[in-house]
Amino acid sequence: MLYEHRKSRLNTTVHDSAHRSFWQLIHIDGPLLAFLILLCGAGLLVLFSASNQKVHSIEYQGMRLVLAFAVMLLFAQISPFALQRWAPLIYAVGLIMLTIVLVFGHIGKGGQRWINLGLMRIQPSEIMKLAVPMLLAWYYHKVDLPIRFKSVLIALPIILVPAILIAKQPDLSTAILLMTAGASVLFLAGLSWQIIASCLALLTACVPFAWYLLYDYQRQRVLTFFDPERDPLGAGYHIIQSKIAIGSGGIFGKGWLNGTQSNLHFLPEHTTDFIFAVCGEEFGFVGTLILIMLYMLVVFRGFYITMNAQDTFSRLLAGSITLTFFISFFINMGMVTGLLPVMGIPLPLVSYGGSSMVTVMASFGILMSIQTHRKLVTT
Amino acid sequence: MLAIVIITILIGMLIWRLAYLQIYKNLMYTTLSTKNAIDLVPIEPTRGLIYDRNGVLLAENIPVFSLDIIPQQVTNLQRTLAGLSRVVELSDSDISQFRKQLKQHRRFDEIPLKLRLSEAEVARFTENQYQFPGVLIKARLMRHYPYGESFSHVLGYVGRINTQELGKIDQINYSASHYIGKLGIEKFYETELHGKVGYEEVENDASGKPIRILKKTSGTPGKNLYLTIDSGLQLAIENAMSNLRGAVVAIQPKTGQVLAMVSQPAYDPNVFVVGISQKDYQALQQSDTKPLYDRALRGAYPLASTIKPYLALQGLNSGATTPDYTIFDNGIFKLPNNSRIWHDWVRNGHGKVNLSRAIFSSCDVYFYQLSSKMGIKLMDDVLDEFGFGTLTGIDLDGELKGVVASPAWKLKTRGLHWFPGDTTNSSIGQGDMQATPLQMASAVATIATRGHRYIPFLLLGDQEPRKEYVTHQPTQLNVIAMRDPKYWDVVIKAMQNVIASPQGTAYGRFGNGYAYTVAGKTGTAALSRRRIPDEMDKQQSVPEKLRDHHLFIAFAPVDDPKIAIAIITENSNNAIEVARAIFDYYLGNKPHVVRTPQITPEHNGT
Repeated sequence: MLYEHRKSRLNTTVHDSAHRSFWQLIHIDGPLLAFLILLCGAGLLVLFSASNQKVHSIEYQGMRLVLAFAVMLLFAQISPFALQRWAPLIYAVGLIMLTIVLVFGHIGKGGQRWINLGLMRIQPSEIMKLAVPMLLAWYYHKVDLPIRFKSVLIALPIILVPAILIAKQPDLSTAILLMTAGASVLFLAGLSWQIIASCLALLTACVPFAWYLLYDYQRQRVLTFFDPERDPLGAGYHIIQSKIAIGSGGIFGKGWLNGTQSNLHFLPEHTTDFIFAVCGEEFGFVGTLILIMLYMLVVFRGFYITMNAQDTFSRLLAGSITLTFFISFFINMGMVTGLLPVMGIPLPLVSYGGSSMVTVMASFGILMSIQTHRKLVTT
Repeated sequence: MLAIVIITILIGMLIWRLAYLQIYKNLMYTTLSTKNAIDLVPIEPTRGLIYDRNGVLLAENIPVFSLDIIPQQVTNLQRTLAGLSRVVELSDSDISQFRKQLKQHRRFDEIPLKLRLSEAEVARFTENQYQFPGVLIKARLMRHYPYGESFSHVLGYVGRINTQELGKIDQINYSASHYIGKLGIEKFYETELHGKVGYEEVENDASGKPIRILKKTSGTPGKNLYLTIDSGLQLAIENAMSNLRGAVVAIQPKTGQVLAMVSQPAYDPNVFVVGISQKDYQALQQSDTKPLYDRALRGAYPLASTIKPYLALQGLNSGATTPDYTIFDNGIFKLPNNSRIWHDWVRNGHGKVNLSRAIFSSCDVYFYQLSSKMGIKLMDDVLDEFGFGTLTGIDLDGELKGVVASPAWKLKTRGLHWFPGDTTNSSIGQGDMQATPLQMASAVATIATRGHRYIPFLLLGDQEPRKEYVTHQPTQLNVIAMRDPKYWDVVIKAMQNVIASPQGTAYGRFGNGYAYTVAGKTGTAALSRRRIPDEMDKQQSVPEKLRDHHLFIAFAPVDDPKIAIAIITENSNNAIEVARAIFDYYLGNKPHVVRTPQITPEHNGT
């Protein structure tokens, strides 16, 4: 789809290069930065109430955000060319780390997701969330577009091998996000309707088998999604309480810091996965619309960057990053409002903590890089 | 472009969903959210106090520290109990009571394990509290009866609500209450004493921990009750009755107010509040002296010779006899066509006896003859009129109605026909005639008022806190009328001579030197010679138990009766002396209360 735009956009970029602004020099996309700051600010506001006004958790979150913004600016300096060059290597390293984690996970007990480097802990699955679309973009950059069936077949192991490794950790939600990130590249590369349809059919056929592969707690979540009331104090509790929180917010909400559901701990995980419910309770329908609007501003800016991208790699990567961001907050909001099963995916940039914040901001750094390095390509 | 279309559709779905939840379903979720957070916690109303007629406190609420357990928060109950027993003294009864309560309460209720902790125990537990999650010390009010045994049969006691009672009470009003009146005034006036439950609207978090109190709707404390009892008189009677078994009921004749109601021996009601062990309870129950048995209300005794004034009145009223009608009593009475000989209590008889003499010397033969003239129907009629054989209607539960023996009654209960000899037996209050001391006192009070009857009652008045004192009016029953009011004078004069005449049966024992007029009638319920052969066989080895029960009914002063009494002393002939003590106390310069209340009662855990 976006492929069609390439030729028409090429002319305008040459024109743009005449006046490179200060922002372009430091490789920052002004609008995206502004939208992100607005979004994170709103997130801190909600988090302050959700954490029962604990200043220290706001400080933590603020420090994390500062770090994440720094990472974003760092990534913005790396040119898309460098990323393209290193994409296969990054993917390989990430895959090896995933394997290591899995092996150590088996030695240790339960789920192991980190590699401890002493100074910091690295979560290989987060690296893979960027590495997979990067490698796919790198691959489709080389082959002719629109993609053929063969190139889809090659993409499948690139996506599925890390996805299965991550699902084994077990971290199903990250695996799902990883697959959507990969699938979004295929989608943007102009996957034909027939292939999308047949893939969906294949997925549907896989559902019964997947059921057996799921862990008990995962099956529980799916069952609970279809009927939360069947276990109101167990697995269904989250959904029921979160719907109560959102529903009781009404149009204008109960007011900041006045949400009873979260402040009185009825709502579980109200600072992390279910923070959207706090927003719904305290700021009502208007508040949730504003939050969704802030998210959509980021998404639309992402699409704007995607459409302005000059080469296939950049365009595919930018589109994938934007789509993945959209899907992650949509899944979270869908699960909190009871549209989707509970999947343990945090609300990006608003949920407390989470190593995914750095990954998300790094991906926005890549977006900025793609937007601000354009002139270098043409000059 | 397709991506943007899909995204727009998805966001549309999300917004539609939010609108559905937040606008369309808002009311439902608001209700759910309020229910989630706000809990109604009931507050136990303070139980009303009980005073005597002069404002002497008979039942109070004292603050105690109790050791409570919330079963839900205790991981290993057995180990917790074992650990606690090292810190506080736990008796077997505490533990068995607790286990009983455990079955009757919800898991998250606080169940008292031990009700009265000593200060040392409170200190010891507080030090070790960290070892016992789910165990806490709670300050609560406990019912306490400062006079212990003294008013136990009147007041009764409160105890923990049992499963049976749980089914009968208003669950909501009792949602915070642990105690309920089990006997006596505490039971009869339970509704008044209990009050109405209050509520706190408490905001809870999801684990049920209260965070803050939003609203407090205080309930209504129970009413304070003022009894007709004169505690000084009651204590004086108990003093006179010490070492005796029996009962005394004293009534104010012109109102029916019960001035004293004593049943000896008694028990300490405080033991029941704390929770009595099965063993101790059995000991009380099986005790020879039957301390739990309220003789005044539930003791059924033969009227014996105290029946004579009532029969004399009926004899006069029916014309079966006149004040001047005289017989010659040679000590023997025979019915026509019957070989059985009825004896007088004086072996050779009283000689020439008129009605008055028949009363004050208690001549049996006179009444044998009178009864054969009147017949059982007229005799029973007068007894019915004076309230025998029916409940007096006093404000206490468990009253017995006694027996007025009649042909119909005999046929119904025994399946036997009435014989003329039964009438003869009834004429001296023997045979199957039975009455409670309360009935006897009420009946003699009716003689004192010359036929004006009142329902005996104990509640003089009540007062809701910060409200007006409400006096309870006496309830008058139908007046017993004589054909000629002079008949009352004849009988009452004869009853005065029971004490005043040298030939009166109470003359010697009542003694001299009293400054009031008094009328009375003695009675002897013979256990060994004529009656109750069963008991005779059983108790042959216990001589004291074979001795007669002595009865005395009396009132004073005669012209302006202020007090009417009925006294039973079991296996003892001290009834008349007790009567003297009562009248001397009540009509003389009332001496000080004999016993002082226990301010700090001592029963720690046992």
